[in-house]
Amino acid sequence: MFDITPQTLPSRQAAAAVDMLCAQHGISRRGKRQSEVDVQNAAKWVVLLEKVATEQDTDAFTEVFEHFAPRVKGFLIKSGADHAMAEECAQDVMVTVWNKAAQFDPARASVATWIFTIARNRRIDMLRRDRRPEPEELTWGPEAEPDQLDVMTMQQESEQLISAIASLPEKQRVMIERAYFGDLTHSEIAEETGLPLGTIKSRIRLALERLRHSLS
Amino acid sequence: MITHHLSDKLLMAYSSGTLPEAFNLAVATHIAMCDECRARLASFDAIGGAVLERAEDTAAPMSHETLLATLSRIKDQGPREQAAQSGRATQEGWTLPEPLRSYVGGDVQDVKWRNVGGGVRQAVIPTSENATARLLYIPAGKAVPDHGHHGMELTLVLQGAFADEEDCFSRGDIEIADEGTEHQPIAQVGADCICLAVTDAPLKFRGLLPRLAQPFLGI
Repeated sequence: MFDITPQTLPSRQAAAAVDMLCAQHGISRRGKRQSEVDVQNAAKWVVLLEKVATEQDTDAFTEVFEHFAPRVKGFLIKSGADHAMAEECAQDVMVTVWNKAAQFDPARASVATWIFTIARNRRIDMLRRDRRPEPEELTWGPEAEPDQLDVMTMQQESEQLISAIASLPEKQRVMIERAYFGDLTHSEIAEETGLPLGTIKSRIRLALERLRHSLS
Repeated sequence: MITHHLSDKLLMAYSSGTLPEAFNLAVATHIAMCDECRARLASFDAIGGAVLERAEDTAAPMSHETLLATLSRIKDQGPREQAAQSGRATQEGWTLPEPLRSYVGGDVQDVKWRNVGGGVRQAVIPTSENATARLLYIPAGKAVPDHGHHGMELTLVLQGAFADEEDCFSRGDIEIADEGTEHQPIAQVGADCICLAVTDAPLKFRGLLPRLAQPFLGI
């Protein structure tokens, strides 16, 4: 009865955003077919979340919900919640996404990563697990807009991490999934992830340095 | 400059939210002082994001009613709160960074120390029972009682420095010790040393007296 997949418009907007970012920084979009698709996919969520943050756009929110809420619910079920509890908590997570959309920093994380952290925190609460205090957050000052190229690179790195996980040997991949579903203790986690985290870490480090600089 | 960092295992366990509270406290307090580990943690969170994004086969359908219910919750709650302002002001001028400062209820001068002998003082920080967190105050040049470990111990330096047989640790450095580690850390001359020490098992002291006193000291 309802058609709740109005993806054409936001996708086109995301593509336009990527075009604009590329043009601004003199990056050729030709000859990098795969990463172009990757960036578009991740950039789409960034654009949509920004619309949620700045325009209170419920259509954009609906699209984010359609994609992420079932994943969050599945994540919570995998972590030990029953269906009813998982559904209720997934709803809470999506309300938090709406409320905190303006705090999302696309130079330091993908939308999926940011939503994962919200879902993880909700899960700890839900299952009455050990409290998880967080380090003092470094937030962007009003004048310190994240650099657009940083944003695009970060989104691309995040997409590449997804392919990297897919191409891990099954044993390692299962270990990682179990760890993030909260199924492994510290001592059960393997010493090596087998994932190339160096690049993504360096990107975030750079973004942090810029932030520290802009704050000082 | 910080030269002793968190391990990948600890970062992954913190990112996935499965550590005991006392360990979470030590990890978060180190990250508050260490941008390298802050960036590494973000890369471990990115694995969580990728796991979530990939989880098409575990995704559980949400009904259209749930979407409508969520939208109406959003509508009913009214305008959103403004995002928190920059955390710069709270970063500097403190010996105890957040989140440790909130656990203590203030900075170093607010810690309620207890003498444990030899000039060494400690203050247990209440956390869940799965592990123990305490602040240690070791006068400059004094030794922490020689001890081995049953489980894992993290020691995060907040002021001064200590050295054991192998290495030197100063503010922001975190030492990760396990079953095999037997050491005698000594606070460096120049400043009294304050550390956050976290264990998931009681320490085993080597001397007879400390071992007898252990149950009473709560360490």
